[in-house]
Amino acid sequence: MQFLDQAIEFKLLADHATLTYAARVGERDLLAFCSAAHRAERRLVALWGSDERDRDTKFGYALHLAFDLAEGLCCLTLPLATNQPEFPDLALIFPAAERMQRALRDLCGITAQDGDQRPWLRHANWPADHYPLRRDTPDLRFETANEDYPFVRVEGDGVHEVAVGPIHAGIIEPGHFRFSVMGENVLRLEERLGWKHKGIERRFVGMTLADGVRLAGRVCGDSTVAYAWAYCQGAEAIGGTLPPPRALWLRALLLERERVANHLGDLGYLGNDVALSFGLAQFSRLREDWLRLNARLFGHRLLIDRVIPGGVAVDLTAEGTLAIIEQCQAVAAEVRRLKKIYDEHAGLQDRFLSTGRVTPQLAQRLGVIGLVGRASAQAWDLRCNHPFDPYEQLAVQMAIERNGDVAARALVRFAEIAESLRLIQSIAAGLPPGVLRTDVHSAPERRGFGWIEGWRGDVLVALETGVDGKIRRCHCHDPSWQNWPALEHAAIDNIVPDFPLINKSFNLAYAGQDL
Amino acid sequence: MFPMLRQILRAGLISEPAPIADDALRATTERLTLALRKQLGRALVIRHVDAGSCNGCELEIHALSNPYYNLEALGIKFAASPRHADLLLVTGPVAANMEVALKRAYDATPEPKLVVAVGDCGCTGGIFGESYACRGKIANVIPVDVAIPGCPPTPLQLIEGILAAIAPAK
Repeated sequence: MQFLDQAIEFKLLADHATLTYAARVGERDLLAFCSAAHRAERRLVALWGSDERDRDTKFGYALHLAFDLAEGLCCLTLPLATNQPEFPDLALIFPAAERMQRALRDLCGITAQDGDQRPWLRHANWPADHYPLRRDTPDLRFETANEDYPFVRVEGDGVHEVAVGPIHAGIIEPGHFRFSVMGENVLRLEERLGWKHKGIERRFVGMTLADGVRLAGRVCGDSTVAYAWAYCQGAEAIGGTLPPPRALWLRALLLERERVANHLGDLGYLGNDVALSFGLAQFSRLREDWLRLNARLFGHRLLIDRVIPGGVAVDLTAEGTLAIIEQCQAVAAEVRRLKKIYDEHAGLQDRFLSTGRVTPQLAQRLGVIGLVGRASAQAWDLRCNHPFDPYEQLAVQMAIERNGDVAARALVRFAEIAESLRLIQSIAAGLPPGVLRTDVHSAPERRGFGWIEGWRGDVLVALETGVDGKIRRCHCHDPSWQNWPALEHAAIDNIVPDFPLINKSFNLAYAGQDL
Repeated sequence: MFPMLRQILRAGLISEPAPIADDALRATTERLTLALRKQLGRALVIRHVDAGSCNGCELEIHALSNPYYNLEALGIKFAASPRHADLLLVTGPVAANMEVALKRAYDATPEPKLVVAVGDCGCTGGIFGESYACRGKIANVIPVDVAIPGCPPTPLQLIEGILAAIAPAK
């Protein structure tokens, strides 16, 4: 198979839920392919690296790129020289690659020539030459040090800096924001993340396929179903296993319930951030009802550990189906009422409209994806672009807005709640009979990819087994990698007090990308 | 205005009675002196610190403020600064990159202070354990008074644990 008129021969990988292709390329072909993908307005999904010195002494490292093409998921591997693992800076073509390249350098010691060489995940708490994802790196502990990070300075009369974080004022994950402001206006925002880096990818190494799902489900707690499902797709591709239909439908049910739970929470906090605490009280009440039904029917409020390799760990009874349908109808009516109140609330609309804008042109250039992308006219949603079972049969309606402001991101959430409630009812009513899981047997030296549209955007898991059939490399990619840089742009020319609102309207993951 | 009032009336009062303290969650007893408890009474200000969690615990800590659990009705509220806090509610494992920040938050909290470790990761390091990037459980970095297990603990378990930190021992 060839794509985008490039002379690269791709191989279709067997047993993947989404059509997935892979190829090994040289540097020149890779650059040509990236440019062609960019011209065709396709997007970079993820960038990561691996240590292959045990397989190839000359080309001991590899750079991996995943693209979203019209035909499916497309993975390119560029072998890199053992003595000098370097590749050309791809951020010039895909700006979203920049931080992924910096993380890659911190973890594998693979460098993007001429790219931003500042560390990203490493905060001076382990030595610069300690590359945790190299296979011969020993398991060491280091003293904590204090880092002096070179933020980009804005100079000029009256410009000053506001430093926020890593610990924020609310119940939020840690991150650092450096604002350069003039009066109340934000001239520049620079993010410094990586505070939650826990060494997850190194932790995966040596785990069995069956055990790894627990870790994948804890990469990002609010997207546990998305991560666990993506991981399981990878594991099932490796094992050549097809989960039973009932399991796939139940996974979709859980994924849509996760989406609704998060959107309900966000809409409440968006109201709260513009001093409409009524909104928080109402939406958090609905969210609590939602989570309680999760606990009653599936044994866990956030649905952690419910998706397992080969299927699911839960079933739905006839009584449960009724409860779900009844709750969907009740929540749909409540959300409709609350949307009308939000729509007609002058104070709320005044704060929402035109705040934190990411224009469609900017979103396209930065490669913004997921919910935030859809609020800026970027029509990316795997459930529509590459529908797999059961989404193929459900005809998901994509939510799209063009204004790219806080109001647009709220509208996308409202539309997606309505659509997910419809989907959940269709799934519950149409649940095929049958068993809940099949056995997944690992196979040595195989790769498997999982790709799921979580509530934030698409989550990618790239899984590979070693000769012993255990995990050799597992890379988890969060959609927040693509969207954090857009938040820096969205804040420009807004006032500092609006930043919490803009940030909430994005609601990006820290844990998911810090790994 | 009227649609809002109608919606408030329709939802009604849904706050539920608080659970009682779970004394089994206490990691230390000597730090919880009578004097401390007398000083704090049941009015408590909490500063939450995420030292490296997966964000699951945060979701359930958020839930404490919803109308069902209505934590503020118990005289317990969250503050923006550790300097205003009586109790640090810490989730994690402690990421190495968060170690300094966590210690500084602890030092900035005035005495007498309490620390509650939240979640399996906060209690033991959980699935992430200890590594080049991770210090494991909260108690490896700052002293912990009460540890609430769970992945994540439910809002009720969180309240039981928080009350265990301040309620008099039976």
